Amino acid sequence: MDERDDDLHTSIHATHPVVGTELTFGSVTDKISAIVLKRKTPIGWFVGFAVSFALFQLMLLTITKMLFVGIGLWGVNVPVAWGMDILNFVWWIGIGHAGTLISAILLLLRQKWRTSINRFAEAMTLFAVAQAGMYPIMHLGRPWLAYWLFPYPNTMGIWPQFRSPLMWDVFAVSTYATVSAMFWFVGLIPDFATLRDRANSKSFRIIYGMLAMGWRGSARHWHRYETAYLLLAGLATPLVLSVHTIVSFDFAVGIIPGWHATIFPPYFVAGAIYAGFAMVLLLTIPLRKIYGLESFITMRHMHNMAKVMLATGLIVFYGYLIEAFFGWYSGNQYERFMIWNRMHGPYAPYYWTLILCNGLTPQFLWFKKIRSNLLLLWLISIVVSIGMWLERFVIVVTSLHRDYLPSSWGMYKPSQWDWGMFIGTIGFFFALLFLFIRFLPMISIFEMRTILPEAEVDEG
Amino acid sequence: MKRKHSTLYGVMAQFDNPSALVAAARETYEAGYRQINGYSPFPIEELSEAIGFKRSVLPIIVLIGGIIGALGGFFMQYWMEVVDYPINVGGKPFNSWPAFIPITFECTVLVAAFSAVLGMLALNKLPQPYHPVFNAPNFALATRDSFFLVIESKDPKFDHDEAVRFLRSLEAREVVDVEL
Repeated sequence: MDERDDDLHTSIHATHPVVGTELTFGSVTDKISAIVLKRKTPIGWFVGFAVSFALFQLMLLTITKMLFVGIGLWGVNVPVAWGMDILNFVWWIGIGHAGTLISAILLLLRQKWRTSINRFAEAMTLFAVAQAGMYPIMHLGRPWLAYWLFPYPNTMGIWPQFRSPLMWDVFAVSTYATVSAMFWFVGLIPDFATLRDRANSKSFRIIYGMLAMGWRGSARHWHRYETAYLLLAGLATPLVLSVHTIVSFDFAVGIIPGWHATIFPPYFVAGAIYAGFAMVLLLTIPLRKIYGLESFITMRHMHNMAKVMLATGLIVFYGYLIEAFFGWYSGNQYERFMIWNRMHGPYAPYYWTLILCNGLTPQFLWFKKIRSNLLLLWLISIVVSIGMWLERFVIVVTSLHRDYLPSSWGMYKPSQWDWGMFIGTIGFFFALLFLFIRFLPMISIFEMRTILPEAEVDEG
Repeated sequence: MKRKHSTLYGVMAQFDNPSALVAAARETYEAGYRQINGYSPFPIEELSEAIGFKRSVLPIIVLIGGIIGALGGFFMQYWMEVVDYPINVGGKPFNSWPAFIPITFECTVLVAAFSAVLGMLALNKLPQPYHPVFNAPNFALATRDSFFLVIESKDPKFDHDEAVRFLRSLEAREVVDVEL
């Protein structure tokens, strides 16, 4: 904690600026574009990229091995046929949701503070969805036939079965990935033009020039651009809610005790936003320090993100309580047993750690002192990320491993390759993020210009 | 007093801040010029109005895209599950329309989003690798901190010397010719 942050936390009220007061159009442009074009790449970047790229190889190794020997490689078997694959899928896609929330929902709510973190959060969304998408495909057993999931005219004369939530999932996740990518790219076009006009080397000028597609900041273009951007935000808002709702339908439409619950959609959406904000904090806290972006990502952002995390964390905790209550109140012996088994069965330590991580830890965020302490905030974000992973573990595994028929009960233990895949996707995610912060502006330059005081048009 | 300017795209004035650009654009419009355009490093709501830009048709395109997506998404499922390949799944009706809603919704959003992005690019005539304004000496600053106003030579009222004199009177930092 340096002095500056201390000062900020005492004056953090609504009047606190979302950008440093010393910034101008020119300095915003130069500072952000310099990270990509001029500044020497920090040594930490090379180390970080090398480590995450090495971990990415673990993912490729796991996938290669899986293609040779089949999904017997994973620890899944009857009765727990959905193991780490599905829980990691849900975990990754949940993380992605904060990006869309920041870029679309906060745009519609006219929250100016979203501006300095939306580009980064959208990139995080895109890369997290890329990881998420890999799991169900690898879990198919014959991943090279994944295209069978799409309705295309085929010589077998058959069509997919659209009454299944798994088909809904295919459409939801692929639409989400596509729309997020478009939203991100559209947001980047004016910044590509900025980089094109600032680049020193010819190759950079050509590459950014092609990506900018001839953008020249014409007033007519801006007008249509703003309309398109707003409409995309309006489309992405229900989309992001629908995606995690549909992911929760994968469970809720099934008749497994502990899955078949009406609370799943809102509880999953809140959990996704909660996990996503934890990941944004986890990434931005070190990043703003390393790249000296304190005047762009201020303490105001940290407080707001922590508050969103607290609010969604409380919804998630409410979900846990209601799950337990429903289990008891249903009067159904299988539902009652499921809750009892979660709390006292072989996986009870997972459940209680989950309550500790997601029920109790976020309560610290009520205190302004803790929200102002970046180290604590960072640690809480790690705890929350682990908690959300445990939540999916508890939902997937404890419900499946002991359902209706005691003779078919079983235990699930992830194999080393399950972990290989998980660690590998973390590596892939970070490798992509490192490339992103090196080659693209991690803060939206043109949107930063719009929130500067000098952008106000004074019509006298 | 109309002269042919076969190699001239227009004349461009440079301003230092958005307020000056918007004020200048309003005066230019009021002076009777219609083929004018502003260039700025970020969107300025007042500017498009000042140069007389009317509402964009983009929202209509997106609406049509969304309707096509919704109908296409639903009837794709209907045709596949009811007409072309009806199978009995758990005794549910062939037309189990509530189960078709999630995919219908996703298709709506997907086609509408594509319409928004491709529609915006098409209406803006992007990608466009070459444009005369890039020839102006300081135009690289249009993506940094400078604001530009152009009176295009295709304006019926355009006269080179008159346009330059007019723009100079607007307290522009600099007025230059833009070659085609």
